[in-house]
Amino acid sequence: MESPSTASPTDRDKAANSSVRMGTASLPAGTDPSAPRSPASRTLIDIEHLDFFYGQTQALNDISLKIQDHKVTAFIGPSGCGKSTLLRCFNRMNDLIDGTRVPRGTIKIHGVDIYQPDVDVIELRKRVGMVFQKSNPFPKSIYENITYGLRLHGKTEKSKLDEIVEKSLRGAALWDEVKDRLHANGLGLSGGQQQRLCIARAIAVEPEVILMDEPCSALDPVATAKIEELIQELRSRFSIVIVTHNMQQAARVSDRTAFFYLGRLIEYADTRDIFTNPANPQTEAYVSGRFG
Amino acid sequence: MNPPQHPFSVRPGAVHHREQPVFWLFRVATYFILACGAAVFLNIVVKGAGTVFKTEAPFINTTFLTEAPESLYIFEWEGKKMEMGDREFRAFKEQNPAAAKVKAESFVYSAGGIWPCIVGTVLLVVGSMTIALALGVCAAIYLNEYARDGAFIRFVRLAILNLAGVPSIVFGLFGFGMFVIFFGWNVSLLAGWFTLAFMVLPVVITASEESLKAVPKGFREGSLALGATKWQTIRKNVLPYALPGILTSSILGIARVAGETAPIMFTAAYVVRDKLPWEVEQLGDFFFQGVMALPYHIYVVSSKIPQNEYTERVQYGTAFVFLVIVALIATVSILLRNRLRNRYRW
Repeated sequence: MESPSTASPTDRDKAANSSVRMGTASLPAGTDPSAPRSPASRTLIDIEHLDFFYGQTQALNDISLKIQDHKVTAFIGPSGCGKSTLLRCFNRMNDLIDGTRVPRGTIKIHGVDIYQPDVDVIELRKRVGMVFQKSNPFPKSIYENITYGLRLHGKTEKSKLDEIVEKSLRGAALWDEVKDRLHANGLGLSGGQQQRLCIARAIAVEPEVILMDEPCSALDPVATAKIEELIQELRSRFSIVIVTHNMQQAARVSDRTAFFYLGRLIEYADTRDIFTNPANPQTEAYVSGRFG
Repeated sequence: MNPPQHPFSVRPGAVHHREQPVFWLFRVATYFILACGAAVFLNIVVKGAGTVFKTEAPFINTTFLTEAPESLYIFEWEGKKMEMGDREFRAFKEQNPAAAKVKAESFVYSAGGIWPCIVGTVLLVVGSMTIALALGVCAAIYLNEYARDGAFIRFVRLAILNLAGVPSIVFGLFGFGMFVIFFGWNVSLLAGWFTLAFMVLPVVITASEESLKAVPKGFREGSLALGATKWQTIRKNVLPYALPGILTSSILGIARVAGETAPIMFTAAYVVRDKLPWEVEQLGDFFFQGVMALPYHIYVVSSKIPQNEYTERVQYGTAFVFLVIVALIATVSILLRNRLRNRYRW
């Protein structure tokens, strides 16, 4: 691995390049043209020159990119390229792993560097929700799964909880399938339903951002299609960052796509451009299926 | 020998010859152990049942289960051989003054019952398991959830495992030195509780850690990602799922705590005590009294008093009741465990 001090300048050029493109953004792929969208997207997560280490192993090398508010951003790249690591930096889930550190760089959400010591990780994680690769509903009832986060934050009023449960399940397109068995165990649901339950659980606490770490990798095509539809619906309310191995999925659901390779950001641009007109030959090789 | 008829026909060779003897070796070993266990168990049940059950109603020897041990008096009266417990004999002498001159043979502990021992054993088991579970689960949570894995933590784990190999008499001596003498608790329930608890702690800690490890990492991550603190996560989303496993291991602990004699002989057990544990003047005294206990009673009546056919009845009767009580406590724990397990299943 290269040492952080010798971070290659080309990446920064790339970042600059992409921000230029962002200014002239044409309509992102997968967007309904009639949908009302804010004309100038604000930056929500601002990553600058981020390095990340697992012990002695460098997983991220000088990453700089801006993730925009109320957009779907996809991270693509071959296994081990660092896309999941970067995603897990946004809610500091990497803190759970011994020996991880961020020796250089910043991640700012609403302008606040979330790796500063005065940041309360609890508050951060309330605002930055996460859906995991392997669906992990708790072995409790569907109702208790949804209310878990709310109860943690002191909401216990029954009528209010009922209301949020319904709203969240509707939001996750699961209400019609489970409304008659809210008190059945969440693990009795099918794989795709479990993953939507996890999404419902995440949106119940009203985060601003939802991080999705390969949410469909364990699902069949039908369940995957449902989750993708759901992402289309959620984009109006939340900013979504999704890590995926499935390039078609990235092309279908996202507005912006970042391509990572060996811990570096290779290219970050509008999804349509990444897939139809990539600026970098490595990106082109990857999205056309020649490697990875 | 004919050449093989087809590619899969049996060829003569050592591998096939070894198959049968090896199979029998394993089978015989298993059945031998089973037979030994059954012999011990049946011996106690058959001989003990004579003491515990009666042929006439109510079929259970209530005296044996509800009275304290007494001396047995055997004498001839009007040509008949009489067997009476101490109190009964004294009452008999008051009614029949002539009996005072009768020459009676006495056998200690051979009459009456074992009620104080039953009470003592149940108290010792409940108290020590409570202490062991409380300390053990806390230690396991620390080791598995909070502590960073390193040389020191590995050393602590090794020390805990080694503790499991320490002979119980050593725990008894430790308890005697620490709780009975140094803390000045004397021979008491409290000293016995802690001594027994320390004896089973390694089992409880190791098993609790295994149960905590078996809870999928996804439950922890899912909870933390919703903005739960570490303790909220453990309390609401890890510990409830680990409890059935922790209880399973404590069931083994119960049998050990109930059965050990060595740790309590210096710390908690009395040979004989005429008061029951709840007959104390003030609540505080409850913890600082010694108790009678079933294993210690078996030890006393089997090796500390002259042996004869009358003591044998008590020995087997006590052993039988002891087995039943351990089985009862274990059953209750298993039912509790199953209830918890049905609540959280993944």
